[in-house]
Amino acid sequence: MTATTTRPARRARKADAAQTARKANASGSPGSRKRHSLILSLLMTVMLLYALLPLFWLVVNSSKTPGALFSTFGLWFGGPFALWSNIHQVLTYDNGIFVRWLANTLLYVVVGAGGATFLATLAGYGLAKYDFPGRRGVFAVVLGAVAVPGTALAVPTFLLFSHLHLANTPWSVILPSLVSPFGLYLIWVYAQDAVPAELLEAARIDGASEMRTFFQISLRLLTPGVVTVLLFTVVATWNNYFLPLIMLSTPQWYPLTVGLNDWDQQSFTAGGQAIYNLVITGSLLTVIPIMIAFLVMQRYWRSGLAAGSVKM
Amino acid sequence: MADLPLGARPLGAARSARPAPTRPARRRRRWTGWGFVAPFLVVFAFGLIAPIGYAVYLSLFREQLIGGNSFVALENYRQALTDPQFWASVRRVALFLVLQVPVMLILALLAALALDSARLRWAPFYRLAIFLPYAVPAVVASLMWGFVYGSQFGLVARLSSALHVGLPDPLSGSWVLASIGNVVTWEFVGYNMLIFYAALRSVPGDLYEAAEIDGAGPARIARSIKLPALRPAMVVAVVFSIIGSLQLFNEPNILHWLAPDTIPPNFTPNMYAYNLSFSGQEYNYSATIAVVMGVLTMLAAGGVQWYGRRRMA
Repeated sequence: MTATTTRPARRARKADAAQTARKANASGSPGSRKRHSLILSLLMTVMLLYALLPLFWLVVNSSKTPGALFSTFGLWFGGPFALWSNIHQVLTYDNGIFVRWLANTLLYVVVGAGGATFLATLAGYGLAKYDFPGRRGVFAVVLGAVAVPGTALAVPTFLLFSHLHLANTPWSVILPSLVSPFGLYLIWVYAQDAVPAELLEAARIDGASEMRTFFQISLRLLTPGVVTVLLFTVVATWNNYFLPLIMLSTPQWYPLTVGLNDWDQQSFTAGGQAIYNLVITGSLLTVIPIMIAFLVMQRYWRSGLAAGSVKM
Repeated sequence: MADLPLGARPLGAARSARPAPTRPARRRRRWTGWGFVAPFLVVFAFGLIAPIGYAVYLSLFREQLIGGNSFVALENYRQALTDPQFWASVRRVALFLVLQVPVMLILALLAALALDSARLRWAPFYRLAIFLPYAVPAVVASLMWGFVYGSQFGLVARLSSALHVGLPDPLSGSWVLASIGNVVTWEFVGYNMLIFYAALRSVPGDLYEAAEIDGAGPARIARSIKLPALRPAMVVAVVFSIIGSLQLFNEPNILHWLAPDTIPPNFTPNMYAYNLSFSGQEYNYSATIAVVMGVLTMLAAGGVQWYGRRRMA
């Protein structure tokens, strides 16, 4: 039984690999053995510097003492090297509230982005591979919602949730994060080509239940699409600001983004202590995990993105 | 889809003890799709449909001195249409849209063409590095650029005095919109570059070979093959950029603390709606603004999609 279900899967994967290989060989433009252009490299290096210079600034200034922040040139190291003491201060300031914010952010990302990806994958796959009554209606409603911007929903969602006494709870951040119409759309596009109908038929003949087919066969074929959606939703929830800002009033539930902004605002409020070095080092600590996740995931996701952007 | 003869589904037949195996098999088949879609639809209804519905409902009421909360039909909408504060914010994001989006998309397009040209050494490295700012939270991006712009230890002010050139204050009235545009461009240029790049990569290599054999030069190939291939991706990028511009909130809301005079609380429609809710407790009017902006955004995004589809047909 297993032989019949895995063989088509392997074949499909092999075909997929062949396709990517062909695309890689074609390498976009005519004449794959062209000479490298120096001007092009220079222009792209300007873009590269634009992209990386602010991040370099962040690293440099995380290593400075509050005094050196003001007295030394911003784009180079200066004064005593204070990175470790800055990090120590960030983690211990105000009874270690930063660590609490980090834990909150992880909770929102794991449950929110993980849940959103799971729900979008199930539903996108269901729409692509099953015919059921009301399918067209579901599809039309969800596609219409792709253009509804999340930021436009923040205020209405807050008004509804505070009416339901859900505001200022972790649920008020997690529940709205679970909805990803764009993720559903990407999976729908991807599933159409990635999961052959004959394969599902073969699994059915073998007596596998629909759920089992999904988890054991289809999900594996959908991986690039799923990782793409996961990357989008993880970045969106890790970086989410407007929604938690509007929903949460107790610092105990803040994610990192709202907490950092709170620290930054301290210097502008009367009697507030300016803690620029903590804002900067805290920003660095906020950026590092998401960048690692980003660099790890981006390896898998190009084909998924291509499918989504080209067919829309 | 998958219109195989019903006899090819012995699973349903085996499960069902009924004499006519085709009917139950078919019904099982037809409803299983709902099992996959239902969980999504539940959160979709609660997290997206219900807030929209509630905002529309709220926008039809008003808290009044006499009589408390009462139904006022479209009175809030009439107020919004004649509210100079609201329209100032709409004009500002419209200006932002017209100025920032073309700059960002042209930069992204050029970078994507460079990546795809096969004439760039270490192209994957460039691709990844330019895309990296997309992962930086808008809060951190705005804080960083705010430190660069700001007067205390701002890089711009320092460079200006060190080089004896009168660089303008990036947070002054005439420059603040451009400065916010720079933050947004920095965050999203790589993302748009990747959308364009993915579209270029989807062109089959045979097409280029055929064009070359037919004697087409690089300019002709760019015009006749690359640009048409980019059109759907362009529609996607423009739609997302329109949404991002009209719904602008994070960057100005954070920089507002550095420049309270040039970034007032009604700088963008979203900031206005937020401040109406929080500082003003004007929930009904805030909901009205959110609904109006949602409709405007969808009209603009839908218009671009419609136009793009018509051009492609």
